[in-house]
Amino acid sequence: MRNQILKDENDRVDGIYKVTGKAKYFAEYELPGLTYGVLVTSTITKGKITSLDTKAAEKAPGVISVLSHLNKPSAPAYEQEGGPALKIFYTDKIFFNGQPIAIVVANTFERATYAASLVKATYAKESFNTDFEKAVSDASSKKLQGQPDYKRGVEDAYKTAEVSIEEEYHLPIETHNPMELHGIIADWRPNNQVTVYAKTQGVKATQGTIANVFKIPIENIQVNSEFVGGGFGMALRTWPLEIATVMASKHISKPVKVVITRMQMFTMVGNRPAAVQTIGLGAKKDGTLTGITHRAFGETSVYENFTEGVVNMAKFMYQCDNVNTQYSVVPVDLGVPIWMRGPGEATGAFALESAIDEMAHALDMDPLVFRTKNDPEKDQQRNKPFSDKNIKEAYRVGAQKIGWSERKNKHGSLVDGQWKMGYGVSIGVFNANRGRASVKGILKADGSLVLQSATSDIGPGTGTGMTLIASKLLGIPVDRIKFELGDSSLPPAPSQGGSATLSTVGSAVNDVCVSLKSTVAELAANANMDATSNFVDVLKKNNLPSIEVTKQSQAGKEREEFSMYSFSIHFVKVKVHSLTGVVKVDKIVSVGDSGTIVSPKTARSQMVGGAVGGVGMALTEESIIDHRYGRYINNNFADYHVPVNADIPEIEVHFINKPDPHINPMGAKGMGEIALIGFSAAVANAVFNATGKRIRTLPITPDKILA
Amino acid sequence: MINFQYLRTTTAKSAIALLLKDKNSKFIAGGTNLIDLMKRGVTAPDKLIDINHVPLKNIEQVGNNIIIGALASNTAVAENALIKDKLPLLAMALNAGASAQLRNVATVGGNMMQRTRCGYFYDTEMPCNKRTPGSGCGAIGGFNRMHAIFGTSENCIAVHPSDMCIALIALDTTVVLANAKGERKILFKDFHRLAGDTPQLDNNLKPDEMIIRLEIPVNNLSKNSHYTKVRDRASYAFALISVAVGLEIVNNKITDVRLAMGGVAHKPWRLTESENFLKGKEATLENFEQAAKLAMKDAKGFGENDFKLKMAPNSIIEALTVAKSKA
Repeated sequence: MRNQILKDENDRVDGIYKVTGKAKYFAEYELPGLTYGVLVTSTITKGKITSLDTKAAEKAPGVISVLSHLNKPSAPAYEQEGGPALKIFYTDKIFFNGQPIAIVVANTFERATYAASLVKATYAKESFNTDFEKAVSDASSKKLQGQPDYKRGVEDAYKTAEVSIEEEYHLPIETHNPMELHGIIADWRPNNQVTVYAKTQGVKATQGTIANVFKIPIENIQVNSEFVGGGFGMALRTWPLEIATVMASKHISKPVKVVITRMQMFTMVGNRPAAVQTIGLGAKKDGTLTGITHRAFGETSVYENFTEGVVNMAKFMYQCDNVNTQYSVVPVDLGVPIWMRGPGEATGAFALESAIDEMAHALDMDPLVFRTKNDPEKDQQRNKPFSDKNIKEAYRVGAQKIGWSERKNKHGSLVDGQWKMGYGVSIGVFNANRGRASVKGILKADGSLVLQSATSDIGPGTGTGMTLIASKLLGIPVDRIKFELGDSSLPPAPSQGGSATLSTVGSAVNDVCVSLKSTVAELAANANMDATSNFVDVLKKNNLPSIEVTKQSQAGKEREEFSMYSFSIHFVKVKVHSLTGVVKVDKIVSVGDSGTIVSPKTARSQMVGGAVGGVGMALTEESIIDHRYGRYINNNFADYHVPVNADIPEIEVHFINKPDPHINPMGAKGMGEIALIGFSAAVANAVFNATGKRIRTLPITPDKILA
Repeated sequence: MINFQYLRTTTAKSAIALLLKDKNSKFIAGGTNLIDLMKRGVTAPDKLIDINHVPLKNIEQVGNNIIIGALASNTAVAENALIKDKLPLLAMALNAGASAQLRNVATVGGNMMQRTRCGYFYDTEMPCNKRTPGSGCGAIGGFNRMHAIFGTSENCIAVHPSDMCIALIALDTTVVLANAKGERKILFKDFHRLAGDTPQLDNNLKPDEMIIRLEIPVNNLSKNSHYTKVRDRASYAFALISVAVGLEIVNNKITDVRLAMGGVAHKPWRLTESENFLKGKEATLENFEQAAKLAMKDAKGFGENDFKLKMAPNSIIEALTVAKSKA
């Protein structure tokens, strides 16, 4: 962030910028000679383009160019075997409805939009299937891809347990739907110099993809993405539409901007894949878990596979000697999915944490007592101790704050007129990652510090967290520190995903600050100054305007010795209207156990955002397709129901805030995913507690309550 | 770009004159629905006649009628002291609709003219008899969770989307329309149409006419009135089922009652038979249940909306119960 205003650790470095409109997003960059691209999309779901009439579009006012597979704009990687699965404008094959088949570039957005409507395609249609549930039931005999099976102890031990349950859970497609629409500005200049303004969770990843597709040196490509208006995972890859834009810019030697429509956000930039899961649980009558089986099918596309960690949690979250998991993906004729916040773990946690609640009910035990009883001392999957885990404390804190003692184990006990009240709980867990990142630090004689890294901030507050780490280590006031990101020319860092940025980049910030500190100490000694001298005095005495250091940082052997996870406990109180079936979340308490809390305000915001996303996943969000046509029906913000303020009650966030002694120098673990993981199960469990109705298909809409 | 002519006028007379000049012209007021339809390619008028400056924003009582100008904004009506006092049902229904931002610009006349939110109507790649007569109904056999259970035809099962209109039909509203020759009045219940064989027509407004104002008789229902809206989220969502209720109760006896439902038909759905049943009866749960049962005669589900067959009577009972409980 440049020229940030940050008065204390309660402020975000970019807060003022965001609320005053000064934060500049990709689509807001004005380049000289900028042109506007609009994508034409397929109106069939599967088959081939037999003809494409672009004449009318080409003749329309203001149109500069129309690109499609007919003119195959140059992208060398698409000429080769392998390479990207969906070779945009290199194929006449249609894999899904809404697939980009041409781009129209004009001198205004409105003219491009109109001209795009004039492009007429004819197709040879083929039969298709977009219905994931149908695909799963048809798939049983087929060989499916996925992940290796996992087995510990006896397979399907639940079947012979004293008490057992076996249930199936269904999740629909969810669409990320960040506020900011996806797109890119691409400027291909002579000598193959390319500058892009992107909406991306990884500037280095975007840079690498463009270099790879167009076979030009990586250093020719400059990617800028200082502000991102929400990603939730959908900006973790460079999508075909972005490649199309770069192609167009190269083709016409002008900068081209593409911003897709809200409707195109449903088809072009991924989704949380639908899933069908079966959980089998076995326990002794005293509540000791004796068997966990988790089998899952996830949605994927026909042209490219997508897998995620749906069944991870079952392997280690509970003490149990007999665990087996299976995960396969089943292709449908839709665009390829991508991670959506919490990703597969959130999908899996809905099933597992609902099933845990169902087992507690079958045992007539309080679900908190049941969970505590089966809380593992070590990670049985990896046979390692946890680096740090304070689940029992988190249970205690959350239970007290939500008023768990008011809960009755018998469902339907709490009634207020037509409203039935219930309480639910669920755990979330996600791998506490730490990757490799480099950070450059420039300590200046004017008392300021600049830190640079090619990381991103899609909203969690990266710049704020990094600034606070440096401020604490160097004693520099936060308003004298700048953290620069979102620029591919800065020292490399991984994409922002998997809750790893604070741990990964923060560690490099730590190392840079430690190094700067020792350099200052050396300089002080050289100048015969006191070792505790202020760095400003030391630099001045040494006649240095600034000193700089770049450090690469990554995890060491500690990851072999310990199993590292972040945890969350979600408590919700709901009320369910017995006549109308409306579910209202009445109170939320989320407790995070993710090591040291570096930035209290942004950490709280992460948990609040996760809870809101969790309410959406639990109660309202579902992307609906008419499978006769393979087209989305509710592809707009009126019909795809993201929760509104009126759906969200008081949210209390608490943190254990104890340093993980092993993960990294800060003792801090990521929390973007755990904020959401498990949340939907807590709601479903609360609905059951209120009504006795177990809803195993999300979202829990009023019709399902009345059914 | 699909170009269109934009004209602005300041009198109803000139607005109607402009409308007559060009068959493919439309009035625009708040534009909260029309602009969507133009963007989606559902409609492409040659001429937009901006009527926002026509002085039809009055809200007043004249004799026994409350008069509401066609261009009063939804917010202006919902927050008007007279309306809140004498017609709280209308204020409740308005506030249950759309979002605050939309209500600020949406007008009473525009609200009456808004088109269905059926997904097939908005997607020009899909069949829809309302958009393209003869192309078929996508919702029959398709996604019809939001769709009608009363008065459907084989051509169209779309629902009328307004909340305001559900209150207006319950309140025995009269609509005043004007053409170049003068004014005419029709009952609000006769303003909207069932789909029948002409699903492309939502209402009985003639091509040369303009909505001028509403006339709503004052009543004794304001104390015990209620608007129940059941929807998938707490705001900015169309009704799965909505119920408008006004009760006049004397010594626990129902002396007057109005009942209408939304989210169930191609037009606001007045529950006359249920009203007739309740009149003169005790305001008891048993009678409410019986009234709800009567309302469901001839209801028919289309698969995904079968739940409405249960949600609708439940919502009637809920609305009646809440209305009765108001002190």
